[in-house]
Amino acid sequence: MDMRIQHHPILGDTEPVRMVKITVDGVEYEAREGEVIAAVLMANGIKVHRHTTYRHEPRGIYCGIGQCTDCVMTVNGQPNVRTCITPVEDGMVVETQDGFGKRGGTK
Amino acid sequence: MTQREVVVIGGGPAGLAASIEAARLGAKVLVVDENKRPGGQLFKQIHKFFGSRAHNAGIRGIDIGRQLLKDTEECGVEVWLNSAAIGVFSDNRVAVLRDGRTEIVQAQKILMCTGGSENALRFPGWTLPGVMGAGAAQTMINVNRVLPGKRVLMVGSGNVGVIVAYQLLQAGADVVGIVEGMPRIGAYGVHAAKVRRAGVPFFLGHTIVQAIGDDHVRQAIIGEFKDGQVVPNTEKIVDVDVICVAVGLRPLTELAWMAGVKHDFIPEMGGWMPLHNENMETSMPGVYVAGDIAGVEEANTAMDEGRLAGVAIAQSLGRIGNDEAEAKKQEIRDRLAALRMGPFGERRQAAKQRIVERGVN
Repeated sequence: MDMRIQHHPILGDTEPVRMVKITVDGVEYEAREGEVIAAVLMANGIKVHRHTTYRHEPRGIYCGIGQCTDCVMTVNGQPNVRTCITPVEDGMVVETQDGFGKRGGTK
Repeated sequence: MTQREVVVIGGGPAGLAASIEAARLGAKVLVVDENKRPGGQLFKQIHKFFGSRAHNAGIRGIDIGRQLLKDTEECGVEVWLNSAAIGVFSDNRVAVLRDGRTEIVQAQKILMCTGGSENALRFPGWTLPGVMGAGAAQTMINVNRVLPGKRVLMVGSGNVGVIVAYQLLQAGADVVGIVEGMPRIGAYGVHAAKVRRAGVPFFLGHTIVQAIGDDHVRQAIIGEFKDGQVVPNTEKIVDVDVICVAVGLRPLTELAWMAGVKHDFIPEMGGWMPLHNENMETSMPGVYVAGDIAGVEEANTAMDEGRLAGVAIAQSLGRIGNDEAEAKKQEIRDRLAALRMGPFGERRQAAKQRIVERGVN
């Protein structure tokens, strides 16, 4: 699934940039250098970023500008990273977060 | 301790316009912004703005943003990015989180331009992935250039709801409808006409009843809405993978509360907000506000309020004579009054007048 907008009537075509690689729950994805983590997930149809602590309900993007913290995930072993404002880096390891998450990663 | 003459919190339209104005008058300005790029929400506004030529009419928000960035750079404003202001303390000290460390900046004047945040709407299923603020969808399509889904239901027919609905169409999504609790469309006619021409139905006098899905939205239930209740047996199910919520914004006031600024509840401007005088100064001497934090309006009013605060700050620092400052401020106030004319603006104009009359002392 590719949800990227390649052509746009106002913004024009997407310009090529250097691509980097990140993994999300162990699966490798291509990312545009400098884009936010949430964009890579959305481009690939991944909607669930975490599960809540007590009821284990799924949560995804809500505000998209770093205010609501609904989209937090464990990134390079650090839990509670706001994926909608954090840019990707080559080799970044992203994990779906369970509850408060675990320092060092793996749920 | 780091010292700066003027610290502007937030580099959106209000903060940048204020910084440019103050810097051109000779003040030393530092802007702190928690994002990786300044410009606030202007870069997702790909539509043309309204107003007179003085208000950038006919220019897209994104281009106004580019011009602001250029001017900011040219007049020597210092900008700290990825830097979140996390506290404002007595004697105008600002705590800034940068590179994982907290830095205290001693300011002579503080201008808060923290902006606004979208209101949420609670209904069964509102926390499911796929339910999001309309502004979030707009950021995703226009800044990040990814579609949050293929079939979108918009809740709210104000300017944000209708403009974002149109931009979702431009980005390639299908908008299955715009739900509005009131019996009439809230947005400006010119925006509403564009989505109508594109064939998007308005469900007036309707509300969202429920979002249905397992791990993300798959359907929405909408129904007729009367006297604050869903009318029984009017429910309809629509297949969607995104539900956008566009039910207004509120001022982002945490830092202003922390600074001890006097607030009041002003419904026309989005709720609780810091009170300010005709120079945008709050009840705390040396602490100013501009833009959506000082009442939710538009980018044009935010920029002019920023300029007003910028001149007032330069004046209080002695960088501009009183006569010249008063003339400049009057010119900006006249422009603001012109922006707040008409059926949409006059409520805000009246509210602003009430705020200033209420006084900050």
